[in-house]
Amino acid sequence: MEQIHWVRHCWQQLVATESGRGQYTAPAALPTKTSPVLHNTQGLTGKRRTVIARHGRHQHEYHSISKGCQGNGIRTTKYSLLSFIPMNLFQQFHRAANLYFLFLVMLNWFPVVEAFGKEITMIPLVVVLIVIAIKDALEDYRRYRFDQKVNNNIATVYSGKQQTYVDQRWQDVHVGDFVRLSCNEIIPADMLLLYSSDPHGVCYIETANLDGETNLKQRQVVRDLPQQGSELTPENFHSRIECESPNNDLSRFRGYMEYPSKARVGLHNDNLLLRSCTIRNTETVIGIVVYAGHETKAMKNNSGPRYKRSKLERRLNVDVLWSVVLLVIMCLTAAIGHGLWLRNLKEASFLIPDTTSPALSGFYLFWTMIIVLQVLIPISLYVSIEIVKLCQIFFIQNDVDFYNEYMDSRIQCRALNITEDLGQIQYVFSDKTGTLTENKMVFRRCTIAGVEYPHEENARRLEVYEEDEAMGCSHTLKSRASAKSLSCKSLSCNRSSVSLHTLTGHSEGEEPPSPTLPQQSAFSSPLEKDIVPDPFLVQKLNSLSSPLFLLKDASMELTYIVDFFMALAICNTVVVSSPNQPRHVVQVPEVSCTPLKSLEDIKMLFQRFGLPRFSTLSPPHTTESPRSFTRRLFSRGKAASFTPSPSPTPTKRGTGPDGEPNLEASILSIKPVSNPGEDGDRGYEEEGEHGSWKGEENKMLHLTLGACSGLGNSNGAQGPPGEPGADELIYEAESPDEAALVHAARAYRCTLQGRSLESLLVELPGMGSLAVRLLHILPFDSTRKRMSVVVRHPLTNQVVVYTKGADSVIMDLAESPKGAEQSDGRQGHIREQTQKHLDNYAREGLRTLCVAKKVLEEEEYEIWLKRHAFAETSIENREELLLESAQRLETNLTLLGATGIVDRLQEEVPETIEALQRAGVKVWVLTGDKQETAINIACACKLLRSTDQLLTANCGSKEACKALLLELRAEVERGEAAEGTSGFTLVVDGRTLDFALQEDLKGDFLELSRRCRAVVCCRSTPLQKSHVVKLVRDQLRVMTLAIGDGANDVSMIQVADVGIGISGQEGMQAVMSSDFAISRFKHLRKLLLVHGHWCYTRLANMILYFFYKNVMYVNLLFWYQFFCGFSGSVMTNSWVLIFFNLLFTSAPPLLYGILDKDVSADTLIKLPELYKSGQNSKAYLPSTFWLTMLDALYQSLVCFFIPYFANAGSDADMLTFGSPINASALLTILLHQVIESCTLTWLHVLVLVGSALFYFSFTLVFSVVCVTCSPPTNPLGVDKLQMSQPLFYGVCALTTVLALLPRFLFHALRNSISPSDTLKAALMDQLNPENYCRRMQRWNQTQAQSKARGLVINVEDLDFKIPDFILPKEL
Amino acid sequence: MMAPSYNAKEEDGHQPGATGHGGAGTMTNKKPDNTAFKQQRLPAWQPILTAGTVLPAFFVIGLIFIPIGVGLFVTSNNIKEFEIDYTGVDMSSPCYNCSQSYSWNNTQSCTCSVHFSLDQPFESNVFMYYGLSNFYQNHRRYVKSRDDSQLNGDKTSLQSPSKECEPYRSSDKPIAPCGAIANSLFNDTLELYYIDPNGSRTAIPLVKKGIAWWTDKHVKFRNPSGNNNLTVVFQGTSKPVNWRKPVFELDPLDSDNNGFINEDFIVWMRTAALPTFRKLYCIIQKKPNNMTPTLPRGEYILEVTYNYPVRSFDGRKRMILSTISWMGGKNPFLGIAYITVGSVCFCLGLVLLSIHYRYGKRNNSAEISS
Repeated sequence: MEQIHWVRHCWQQLVATESGRGQYTAPAALPTKTSPVLHNTQGLTGKRRTVIARHGRHQHEYHSISKGCQGNGIRTTKYSLLSFIPMNLFQQFHRAANLYFLFLVMLNWFPVVEAFGKEITMIPLVVVLIVIAIKDALEDYRRYRFDQKVNNNIATVYSGKQQTYVDQRWQDVHVGDFVRLSCNEIIPADMLLLYSSDPHGVCYIETANLDGETNLKQRQVVRDLPQQGSELTPENFHSRIECESPNNDLSRFRGYMEYPSKARVGLHNDNLLLRSCTIRNTETVIGIVVYAGHETKAMKNNSGPRYKRSKLERRLNVDVLWSVVLLVIMCLTAAIGHGLWLRNLKEASFLIPDTTSPALSGFYLFWTMIIVLQVLIPISLYVSIEIVKLCQIFFIQNDVDFYNEYMDSRIQCRALNITEDLGQIQYVFSDKTGTLTENKMVFRRCTIAGVEYPHEENARRLEVYEEDEAMGCSHTLKSRASAKSLSCKSLSCNRSSVSLHTLTGHSEGEEPPSPTLPQQSAFSSPLEKDIVPDPFLVQKLNSLSSPLFLLKDASMELTYIVDFFMALAICNTVVVSSPNQPRHVVQVPEVSCTPLKSLEDIKMLFQRFGLPRFSTLSPPHTTESPRSFTRRLFSRGKAASFTPSPSPTPTKRGTGPDGEPNLEASILSIKPVSNPGEDGDRGYEEEGEHGSWKGEENKMLHLTLGACSGLGNSNGAQGPPGEPGADELIYEAESPDEAALVHAARAYRCTLQGRSLESLLVELPGMGSLAVRLLHILPFDSTRKRMSVVVRHPLTNQVVVYTKGADSVIMDLAESPKGAEQSDGRQGHIREQTQKHLDNYAREGLRTLCVAKKVLEEEEYEIWLKRHAFAETSIENREELLLESAQRLETNLTLLGATGIVDRLQEEVPETIEALQRAGVKVWVLTGDKQETAINIACACKLLRSTDQLLTANCGSKEACKALLLELRAEVERGEAAEGTSGFTLVVDGRTLDFALQEDLKGDFLELSRRCRAVVCCRSTPLQKSHVVKLVRDQLRVMTLAIGDGANDVSMIQVADVGIGISGQEGMQAVMSSDFAISRFKHLRKLLLVHGHWCYTRLANMILYFFYKNVMYVNLLFWYQFFCGFSGSVMTNSWVLIFFNLLFTSAPPLLYGILDKDVSADTLIKLPELYKSGQNSKAYLPSTFWLTMLDALYQSLVCFFIPYFANAGSDADMLTFGSPINASALLTILLHQVIESCTLTWLHVLVLVGSALFYFSFTLVFSVVCVTCSPPTNPLGVDKLQMSQPLFYGVCALTTVLALLPRFLFHALRNSISPSDTLKAALMDQLNPENYCRRMQRWNQTQAQSKARGLVINVEDLDFKIPDFILPKEL
Repeated sequence: MMAPSYNAKEEDGHQPGATGHGGAGTMTNKKPDNTAFKQQRLPAWQPILTAGTVLPAFFVIGLIFIPIGVGLFVTSNNIKEFEIDYTGVDMSSPCYNCSQSYSWNNTQSCTCSVHFSLDQPFESNVFMYYGLSNFYQNHRRYVKSRDDSQLNGDKTSLQSPSKECEPYRSSDKPIAPCGAIANSLFNDTLELYYIDPNGSRTAIPLVKKGIAWWTDKHVKFRNPSGNNNLTVVFQGTSKPVNWRKPVFELDPLDSDNNGFINEDFIVWMRTAALPTFRKLYCIIQKKPNNMTPTLPRGEYILEVTYNYPVRSFDGRKRMILSTISWMGGKNPFLGIAYITVGSVCFCLGLVLLSIHYRYGKRNNSAEISS
């Protein structure tokens, strides 16, 4: 059925070019490949796109405008039915190998040079073309099926005829259509958000399909729409949308909407719903399609798999060139020989009379020989290598050790042709955060107003967690994994849209999303959530509420503390949701919560909050007002409301001993849930079919009611123990730091309870929930290295800017002299202290963030607001203007304090790094962190040993840098001369690195770093990272590997020979740009030491074997030329000749390349030194190549001349003569492989025996059946006769034995006299477990000793490690 | 290029339902199968070639090869072979005159008699060969110059032979058999006479039957069917330029040996592998119920009807008489080679033995000693 559809589809493709369906074009080449019509419109509107409603009044205008826009159908298939053959052929002939074949075929069409039958020369070409064409067709068919599934998804689209929304297939959606989407639906095209059922015009989308980020992103209805509020009526939509032409920038969208009134409003990324994202937390949204099909950002971001050329292949190409040289030499020899032979010959009866001169005949013969000896160029090698690599990747992919249970992910191999590079890595460049560490940010300690709070309890907790984390986290991580697995999967689809898989799953409708599952968001494992507050700080906060507390200076500190936590809680983009309603954001409640409350409650509420709230509006003083407020507030005697809880779980509602706080808590707790409750009401009517939802909503309502109904019920309403409480909020943050800080603030009861577009709901200790009006968010970017929120302070009603960011930046901004004298002194002190603490934190290996604030005067704010608004609405240079605007605001900050966040090492990182170093790989750590932090982490992960000498390079100028480099080098040289020092570790900071990377210093820098065992570059920017990698790669000519997890590592990953992404918590950019994506750093060990080693040796051996095989066989034909007057005759049937390479001897080397295993995985892991053989390209040196060639030459001589002498002077005809030659060559080639193989499994036996049997049966059958076929070399009767004669077997046996003798002997002698490390390890593998352990121990000791003698690695470290490696070998 | 196919593999592992949204769907396990094949733990034989392990192989080869070599050598030595060059290069040679007056189109045949004597009697069947030297029957263009389907009796090919036969494809009528190989058919006639001690000449019966391969005679070469009269069948074709008589008159004595299935012709058409070759001319069959050897010792005369020119390219023509064994004709090379290789293997085995004793122990304690 499917096939028929495909055929029909292909036909339609061909006929209906105007169907509005998008044509697939490669993303990279889009600008040039789009249809000419589009070019015209682009020319007219200046790279812009105009969109108007499709079903509005301006039908004809719509048609003219949207002519160039593509439909929403996608077509990722490359071919259609009719175009398949020509297009596929065209593409295949882009490959040099195929062109070579084609050239040979054409050559054979010239009668003067024709070597053997025309059709026979075509066979290799035809076979290759057919194999690849079949593969392409299958792939294309698969893509077609995906496309069909996606295109046939149903979306609710407004129909102009029926004046209502109807279901339509995705492919029928057009630009200008109105699409209505419900919660959890997938967005069919890039749409501009025009309506959201959310009262604030907000909608949330999950972009996991696009970038793998599981947190929700907020999108906003276009501002100032005429029909704001009510549901949009498409007929009345007459606005015109101008936006940029389709591009692939996911984070940018610029344009404006022009209302009929000619008023314009700017559009930006916040208004755009991206295709293949999912709508969350919003009942209904309506949008107008602006980009459809292939023009959507999701599709534009689809790039195919990456292709890199591996080192081995580069080496291989050199040797292929040598083969070409060899071929030319052989052909020239034959040509010259033929010319001379002809010249000396007169009137021979066996010569066909013609007029060509001997020289010309020689020239013709040259080409004939090229055809005859074509096999010498191992073209089939390229195809074989690809097949082998695919299988190698299959094995890597299926390695159970790379499976991460928490994330349910395997290793992803995105680059398909550099597997063997994994075995040759010499330098590893690693990112720190998220790569070496977990990137699980846990709040560790903080300093506020110059006072340090060490959080001892918290530290203890972290240690405990380290032990039982595996168990404790499994639940949350599992559920997170489900989200992660989505993103991982979407990545696997390289060619078609990232979203396709997800969509497919959806359209099949097998699993409607069930919100009952506890859905945890990112960055919220218990480890990250449960922070134990520092008792001292708690005390201070408590004392704040004590009535006796009046000291001015101390209260000054308290304002700092309150502000500090306030900043932690609100200066972020964290989205709050509750576990009972996954993905339903808890929003700031509206006043309408009241219907459920008793009047009494309302009164109390007003008494408590109304008074201070309104009374503090007036005083504009910066520091005075909060203090006075708090004093007034807390003097009301609510001391008991805050009890420091030693339990790791966050404080629960109603823990207080007396009734008042209970009541308060219960009232407040209504708020977060009340809005969802309303949603639930609506959900009853509109989404009745979601049965599971009903119950949930019911419970919520019940909870709400229970909570509101009074004091006594509040505890009971919490439901059965163990169920997450209603106040257990879930924070979804974009970065783990943010989540950590919000959780930290929460531990101090400074809880972020909800977020909407305009306000935040924050609970402050003792003050209850406050709605904070959010004026602006100035998001984080890497140039500013900070983010800010502008809020109207709920208590003071002032405009306050809270900023948090990297300490260097904030310290600088806070430094600028402030007007007030008294604050200057204090600020100075705080700054000094904070700096001191920051240094301490860094030394401890903590990540530091500074928090600051600024109070804005109203006028000041007005001025800034105006310019900011301008920046926001401008279409051109919006980013630059916004940046500038943000920078204008973030000045003269008051430093509040700093936080230290701990990021623990991943498991087995030290072991992995040590293994890599033992394997001779140099590990560099490139991090953006501070020097102290970096050194600390380097120590923790054993990159830096206690015995190492640390060299630090920090300098301010180029000259100083140069001097320093020379000085350090001298020091290293001195150290190397002296006994005792074990190694050097260089630590460079970003600024110094800048100098060191300059043209005239990079030599010195490299020379220095080359001698160091490890290098740590701290404070480095993404660009520097890539520069360093590039420098090392190009200058030292080494194989580099870069590993990282974040967007800042992307450039480094792309530059390195092998880029590895860690699919961690920071989105998917690194993974998207990587060659391999793993989930933990420790996987690198097996990936390199085992798979890298295997892949390299296998492939290298296979390539050598291929060369050998071809040279060996082709030379047989060449020797014959000496006995046939160099006339280009062959002594073999031409079919057999062609098939010899193509069929009879092709499978064994493939198997050899896929399955051969020189040392077992266990041993390879335990003896990392074995990796060095790959690093030094031991398996494929030029000398190895030439030795192999020499051996091939010898074997071909034996294979030719033994049958020659056995037949000399006899009545043997050509084919009879060739028969034993062929047979013995085949046996020699197959047995040669047996000698070369390290392992033989039943598969090997099967293939080897199968190949031999195939050859013999083929020739036998051919010699019986073929009566007049393959004219010049008709094999009738030859092999049948031969195989019945004992002499044939006698010749074959002698030839094979003699041919293999030298190699056999060579192996035996080498292995006995000077065995390589690999061989010793292989011998070890054969021992029984007991001996194995003993031998392993000895090995490690000797290695350590030799290292110690060689002054490379310290002995002690290895000695300690040895017992760890001696694990009982699995039986 | 292979990338997407790999994807296919990967996706096969996924179940379609796995793509639920927001993780709400059923959890799928992407854990790879822990099978021996996928984890690359297939039971395998690990041959590690060291002096110790390869030792037996060398001795075994030595012990097998030497007897075989001896056997082959003895067999070869028992084969009797006699060879005489009758080209007539020397002035003294009886065929000198014939070799000088050479032309393909000579209608007058030149005969010469070569005397020779056999020192040893030839017991069983004797195969008589003609041998040519420096004759490149394996020249590529020569080899190609034939039409197998014409020789197989195909009528259309008879009338319009393959282009490969050019320039021996047609004169005025199509040539049958076409091509250079057929055109250069060896056309000397050899006759053998035994000179009795009393001086009388006895013609030795030369059997032409059975000199070609059975498959060639019965399968590969066939006369065009339709008529038993070959003259009619070959009507409309002409004889090859160098031939004196048309193909249907090759053997005037045996009508079944005419046309394409003439055995001399078939033998010639099987192009020799090397420039020096011999081709079976006839068989001298052992006399039945007679204890006298096939060819007793004594004087013989080889009567040559000298037609075939070889002097122009320094060729040689020989007549060879040979008996035959299970291993074919006389060839001492193979026996010697077997003996040599066998002895070399044996000696190497001894060398390896000493190496094994010197290094084998050291290897086992390699890690300890260092």
